[in-house]
Amino acid sequence: MKVLGSQELLSVAVNPVTNTVTLGDDEASLADLQIDNPVTGTIYGTLLNYKGELESLGDAVYDKPYSSPPNAPVLYIKPANTFNRNGGLIPMPEGIPALEIGAALGLVIGKKAVALDEKNALTYVAGYTIVNDISVPHDSVYRPAVQHKARDGFCSIGPWIIERDEVQNPDDLALRVFINEKLQQENSTVNLIRPISRLLADVTEFMTLNPGDVLLVGVPEQAPLVQIGDKIRIEIEGIGNLENIIVDEKEAKWRGLL
Amino acid sequence: MRRARIAYGGAIHEAVECAGQLKLEDGRIVEEHDVVWLTPIEPRTVFALGLNYADHAAELAFSAPSEPLVFLKGPNTFVGHNAFTRRPADVTYMHYECELAVIIGETARNVKPEDAYKYIKGYSVANDYAIRDYLENYYRPNLRVKNRDTGTPFGPWIVDATDVADPMNLKLTTHINDKLVQEGTTADMIFDIRTLISYLSSFMTLSENDVILTGTPKGSVDTAVGDVVVTEIEGIGRLVNTIIGDESFTNR
Repeated sequence: MKVLGSQELLSVAVNPVTNTVTLGDDEASLADLQIDNPVTGTIYGTLLNYKGELESLGDAVYDKPYSSPPNAPVLYIKPANTFNRNGGLIPMPEGIPALEIGAALGLVIGKKAVALDEKNALTYVAGYTIVNDISVPHDSVYRPAVQHKARDGFCSIGPWIIERDEVQNPDDLALRVFINEKLQQENSTVNLIRPISRLLADVTEFMTLNPGDVLLVGVPEQAPLVQIGDKIRIEIEGIGNLENIIVDEKEAKWRGLL
Repeated sequence: MRRARIAYGGAIHEAVECAGQLKLEDGRIVEEHDVVWLTPIEPRTVFALGLNYADHAAELAFSAPSEPLVFLKGPNTFVGHNAFTRRPADVTYMHYECELAVIIGETARNVKPEDAYKYIKGYSVANDYAIRDYLENYYRPNLRVKNRDTGTPFGPWIVDATDVADPMNLKLTTHINDKLVQEGTTADMIFDIRTLISYLSSFMTLSENDVILTGTPKGSVDTAVGDVVVTEIEGIGRLVNTIIGDESFTNR
């Protein structure tokens, strides 16, 4: 994990069930820690990689403008201005009635990944993190959603990176989204269309992933909507909890976050 | 001034153009053909415009968009002047796109169009290759078309904004093997540079070394392995790129 204000990642023992960390003789709970986004590279998201998400488009995938279901992985970029951290405030832009929560497992790349073979693709992953990929709701996925997905603070990452070997099967992790402590979404990476190794192989067939880059495996269907003041907690089994609060954009500015 | 990032003598240098040669920070003068050209800056967030010239939109059978069609590019795709770009063996249509690159110089948020030029550090040339075989209708143009390794030559240098009197009136050309294949002018952009900076900064913060690739005019044709593709913008630079095949990539 990365302590706020420090430059380097710190290696600590994490208990993802109690959300506590141990460093030497000290134990601290996540709520008491000020930690920064642990990611240094480019963040790539994957569209339509949950079965239910693709199914929710129904027969529309055969109609214009889509004409057919997706063939290769459909990716997007969450640029640097979107980066946020555990406990960070997510600005609600003026004139936008609600935001969509994208609960994503993030694969943190450990070594340069080019044209990977599915059989050993996972060995290129250094570890896993949680990403809250926020969007302004949009029905059409025909054109790139930069205006919907690339706003300031719209990508919370953390709280930490759990090393690959600590996670037995990343293709079977439960994820839950709580809004103001109420469970609003539940899904599992078992429902991915392209399981993780396949996704890594298919993405690196056309572009290199570099150490520090993060590939989001997808966001599940029926993304919860949130308003100003809502507290969001994304839990991913074996990884931990990621918490953020939605605030008025004006308040975020006032606090010097924009 | 025209500034480049280059490798020479085993080290990376900042250099400035000096009467057809390059002057390193330590005062040494070197020949342009003796250096390895890196991208003129290390790009942060890179925006690219689709269909931003009416004639190009018509050529692709699209009507001109009512708001800018913007997509993002990752750092893996950039290469410098005189670099090689891979054309996979299985593709049937890979075309160049000569584009004016606008490089942001300072933090920009909610910029009014009339103030937009103040936020520009300089200009460069980009060749935003696309492989049409891989187009799909999801977040189109998708990254498999537009964000391939070596798919975006960028350079040779950044020209200071103060040295460009009117970026909205520059001639663009592309030559393949010395034959003119694309010709246009930045005057024909649908959304001009001021509008693009104002639009993007209306919903997100721009920062130093963010880059806007402003789109390409009509005249995109297929390329072949071995082609030397020269994208040039009047007063900005002449960016040379060579297309190579899979055989140059040992991991394929």
